[in-house]
Amino acid sequence: MNSIKKFFTELLQYPSAFIGMMYIIGLVIFSIYVVIALPYDEAISLWRGDENTWYKTPRTAQPKWVNWFREEDLPETFSFNSADQLDTKTEEFSNGTNKILISFPFEYNSELFPQEVSLYFKSNYDAKQPFVNVKLITPDGRTINLNSFSIGRTHTYRLSQDQKLQRKFFGISPEKGIFVDPTLDNDDPTLLKAVPGTYELVVEGVAFEENSSLDAELIVYGHVYGWAGTDHRRRDISIALMWGAPVALTFGLLSALGTTITTMIIAAVGTWYGGWIDEVIQRITEVNLILPFLSILIMIGTFYSKSLWVMLIAVIALSIFGGAIKGFRAVFLQIKEAPYVEAARAYGASNWRIIMQYLVPRIVPLLIPQLVILIPANVFLEASLNIINLGDPVLPTWGKLIQNGVGNGALTQGYYYWVLEPAFVLLITGLSFALVGFSMDRIFNPRLRGV
Amino acid sequence: MSTDNKKTLLSIKDLTLYFNTQKGPVQAVDGVFFDLGYKEAVVILGESGCGKSSLAKALLRLLPRNVARYDGQVYLEGEEIMAMDEEQYRQNVRWVRMSLVPQAAMNSLNPVLKVGEQVAEPMIIHHGVKKEEALVQAAKMFQHVGVPVDFLDRYAFELSGGMRQRVAIAMSLVTAPAVVILDEPTSALDVLTQANIFNVLKRLKKELEVSFILITHDIATSSELADRVAVMYAGQIVEVSDAHSFFREPLHPYSRMLMASVPRLRANQEPEYITGQPPSLLNPPTGCRFSARCPKRFAKCSEEPPIINVDGIQVKCWLYAN
Repeated sequence: MNSIKKFFTELLQYPSAFIGMMYIIGLVIFSIYVVIALPYDEAISLWRGDENTWYKTPRTAQPKWVNWFREEDLPETFSFNSADQLDTKTEEFSNGTNKILISFPFEYNSELFPQEVSLYFKSNYDAKQPFVNVKLITPDGRTINLNSFSIGRTHTYRLSQDQKLQRKFFGISPEKGIFVDPTLDNDDPTLLKAVPGTYELVVEGVAFEENSSLDAELIVYGHVYGWAGTDHRRRDISIALMWGAPVALTFGLLSALGTTITTMIIAAVGTWYGGWIDEVIQRITEVNLILPFLSILIMIGTFYSKSLWVMLIAVIALSIFGGAIKGFRAVFLQIKEAPYVEAARAYGASNWRIIMQYLVPRIVPLLIPQLVILIPANVFLEASLNIINLGDPVLPTWGKLIQNGVGNGALTQGYYYWVLEPAFVLLITGLSFALVGFSMDRIFNPRLRGV
Repeated sequence: MSTDNKKTLLSIKDLTLYFNTQKGPVQAVDGVFFDLGYKEAVVILGESGCGKSSLAKALLRLLPRNVARYDGQVYLEGEEIMAMDEEQYRQNVRWVRMSLVPQAAMNSLNPVLKVGEQVAEPMIIHHGVKKEEALVQAAKMFQHVGVPVDFLDRYAFELSGGMRQRVAIAMSLVTAPAVVILDEPTSALDVLTQANIFNVLKRLKKELEVSFILITHDIATSSELADRVAVMYAGQIVEVSDAHSFFREPLHPYSRMLMASVPRLRANQEPEYITGQPPSLLNPPTGCRFSARCPKRFAKCSEEPPIINVDGIQVKCWLYAN
């Protein structure tokens, strides 16, 4: 216990190690928090959710913090729901018809247009569908009749895709058309500006049954969302960024641990017993060293399974008989001849005891820095596998985000945040482990210490 | 033969150990014989390279890979241990009834184990006791060899050479074996520490039921402990004698010259030395192996000398063949 404390005191004297350590500790705490706060099943169902799950968020929206760097803030998303906000709805029943009036007055403060405007209806009836008429009252008092239609139990009216309305606004897409001042005649559509002020969207519904009901939800989609933005399927990127942390740590740690510890034990066994056991291990290593690592992973991913766990096992299996065996063997050969090992043999320590208690502890100082540096290497490997389309199809990970972004035109259409955010966390994570690893190497490996 | 009133604890007959090398087999131990009684100390004397340490290895079966020939009979309390298989030997003999203080004992402590745990290791391995109990036993042994008990928690590098040697001795005694082989226990120690270690060994011989086989080239200090002396030359035993008569007057010419080479304090006498070098064990000469350096060489010496019993002293020299 004391020596561990001493080790950390020594380690933290390197500022780089301190920064790296803080980040790693933070990442571990964050990962634990994520797994508790957003359990696996919930995260997966959110990440694999369709438009119904994500109808409230804008498509490919930038993160909110981009507004800090802009002169004019990008509008945010806002919504109203008559089912929650009862004061927006009035009902009047007469002559067998139920007249429902839903009114959403809203303040629009930006000169920029929203991304989309949509209305989601829900109704209850026995046989006869309710009928609605949707109109908008602008700040200058004009009333724009948007559309009227009868609705089923659920109905989505996407204003932005209303062709009839677009013609009415002379080709300007409707989510812009409703906000512009018609008196300003501007030929250049890129110079169009929204008029700020209080708008009111009115839904006049008529239901034909006594017990029927009608509710509407208005969503005016902005251009920014959350701290990480959204992707092409309206999903919140922060889910993948957050869940990427535990996945990356697990993959990196398990593969690094699994590889180095088994490699070390195999090297120790081979060196200790020598003879044909050592020969076999060395030959397997040499053959394994020339096997094409990535090609085998691609084959496994294509023909068998892309599951993270399958890949993890494949990575470990292919790395066990790696170059490290040669390095460990060189050290073990030296330790094997030490007088105290011969003494241990003399007092009857079994082979296994000598390997585990006499050989292995001597190599741990060499092993720990290597292990720490191997973790980010495997985190990057997992990301790379995602980028060449061998990522786990279910799990949200950092590499997956980059692959999704690149695959959906993030780089050509300016969704830079979609690729840069995961790339940034990958970079920082790799850097932190490397900083700590190099400092550990300096502590454990006296030859690297300054003279 | 040991004196009749003592029962024989360990009896070695014709023990042979050859190593393979690129130049051919090395006859490191060739037909070695001697007996060891209960609570007795036998000193194996000989110069460097005469096969003393190989004898220790042969007795404990700590054989390297290049063994060419390994046979003979070793009876431990009447039981033939050469016939045991490796596992039987490990469980019943090595460190249970016969243990070793290895050469360079100071380096034979595991640097990552505390010395207390190190001393407890043989107990844990052989008697399957719990670590706590083994540590209690180790503490007892520390008292026997004169190491402060609070050293249990130290690492080997925190100890002086003499202390490390004592720890190594404690480790060899912790399983209460009948025979302890001490392979050059005081090499690389200063004379004061040597004297200390020998005092500890003498006390242990009195206090514990243990016999020592002391392998050394140091005649002066070995006389402190020896009950009997066996002289080794070129892989063979040339003389086995009781200590009393040996230190007064050894019989074999080699033993005599060995004795004469010991420097005496304040005596106005140059220590003598033996001209020439011991023969190569790769291809030892036929006949007496010492004959090439022997001042009393005569015609018979080109034939292999028999072992001749002179008043209970066994000597391998034609001079005593009537």
